[in-house]
Amino acid sequence: MMEQTIKDPLLERGFDLPHPAAPARRQLTAWQISVATVAVLLALWWSVTTIGVIQPLFLPSPVAVAHQFWIVTSHGFADATLWQHLAASLTRIVLALFAAIAFAVPVGIAIGLSPRISAVLDPLIEFYRPVPPLAYLPLIVIWFGIGELSKVLLIYLAIFAPIAIATAAGVRSADPARVRAAQSLGANRWQLVRYVILPGALPDILTGVRIGLGTGWSTLVAAELVAATRGLGFMVQSAAQFLVTDVVVLGIVVIAVIAFALELGLRAMQRRLTPWMNARH
Amino acid sequence: MSHPDASSLIVERVSVQYPGHTGHDAALRDVSLQINSGELVVALGPSGCGKTTLLNLIAGFLRPSQGRVLFEGQPVDGPAASRGVVFQDNALLPWLNVIDNVALGLKLQGVPAAERQARALAVLKEVDLDGFASHRIWQLSGGMRQRVGLARALAANPQLLLMDEPFAALDAFTREQMQELVLKLWQQTGKRILLITHDIEEAVFLASELILMSPRPGRIVSRIALDFSRRYIAGESARAIKSDPAFIATREHVLAQVFAQRGREFA
Repeated sequence: MMEQTIKDPLLERGFDLPHPAAPARRQLTAWQISVATVAVLLALWWSVTTIGVIQPLFLPSPVAVAHQFWIVTSHGFADATLWQHLAASLTRIVLALFAAIAFAVPVGIAIGLSPRISAVLDPLIEFYRPVPPLAYLPLIVIWFGIGELSKVLLIYLAIFAPIAIATAAGVRSADPARVRAAQSLGANRWQLVRYVILPGALPDILTGVRIGLGTGWSTLVAAELVAATRGLGFMVQSAAQFLVTDVVVLGIVVIAVIAFALELGLRAMQRRLTPWMNARH
Repeated sequence: MSHPDASSLIVERVSVQYPGHTGHDAALRDVSLQINSGELVVALGPSGCGKTTLLNLIAGFLRPSQGRVLFEGQPVDGPAASRGVVFQDNALLPWLNVIDNVALGLKLQGVPAAERQARALAVLKEVDLDGFASHRIWQLSGGMRQRVGLARALAANPQLLLMDEPFAALDAFTREQMQELVLKLWQQTGKRILLITHDIEEAVFLASELILMSPRPGRIVSRIALDFSRRYIAGESARAIKSDPAFIATREHVLAQVFAQRGREFA
């Protein structure tokens, strides 16, 4: 008899193949891993600051930041409570966002539909889009002064380009079969845009809004450099000037949380407004 | 090709040349065709024979390089609601539910909401989709989507229905159901239909006039008058017709012609 020499290396090493009937019990969901990561980070932050390895001036403890949260919400910092700073910032970004949607969507549609309009506007948008807002901020101040208009305008410009570009891309990628279908049902040019092209571009427009809101929110601090008396960006900067590091950290955390909440809200809106994008077979 | 009537669709010595192609591989060369009322014309041929180009010409999506297309005495100069199209990939609007898709043509024509709702519901019933009015497109199977596409074209009440390989993506069982549905609608509405397919059995079963096309250059190589669809309408079952020796003989004859064309092409 020949000796059996064939061995399964996987079985030899004791590999487990996934068993459909009994899913691995210790497997963590992505959500649990994310929560654990944040918890570990907080614990690390808390321990290095409590032991005293790092001076509070450079990194205040989470407890100090939480305490500042209480003080700033109840008593305020730089003549306004946290909610007033937050409201000032949110008002600016919402105004800028609505203005940007109102102008960028029609402009994007025009760019997407007409090669001529695209040839005119493309270089203009591509010229200013990559320039950091801080670089043209002085020019905006010289032209429009130090009032609220300049701040909103700066955020508006940051949001405008991504929405216009995404809208144009969405219009260009309109399904030719759907366009023909509507034409063979008697649609005129305006009806095509209204009933086929615009709804078809909606997923791209909403992605543009998400990207735009992200860049707009990150422009906020730059916008609030200009003679602001309220706003999260202003709060962080004035705290930094007085070396009140715990308020700086608090401001950063609040800015991050709001950005995260805006992103989640927009994703939920995207799911609601364009359900066909997630429900493909 | 007989009995010319004023409301006919007439394709007159049409050629279509895509840029960069020579005369020999024209998409269509010197094609003439007439679709009279009450006819169900099926254009059959392998891919590249210009059958979809022919449909796009009649729909008005495309203009001929030579020749002309006349519909009801007028030259075709673009798509219009009088020539409805059913697409291979249904081309429905996923942001509208079933009934709003079906009512789209009526909405574009400015028909009041209540009336278009009622008419769309009636057409949905005709394609056996009553009860699915408020469903979303993505909740439907491929066959049901094709029914919605058919209902959408019918609801606009076109004079001519153009169907571009409407059942190519469906499974065999669903395809047979759809073929019978088309014949039922053809009888009930009395509309003239042009259907494009590469399925020989489907072509022989549905056509009142079968047009056989061949590629390089795209042209019509033969026309056959058939009566199997009228036999189905007269009450005979689809299975009985398709297993009838006369049907099988016709199918084999058409198949032989297709292969004869191929042989000539590769000779």
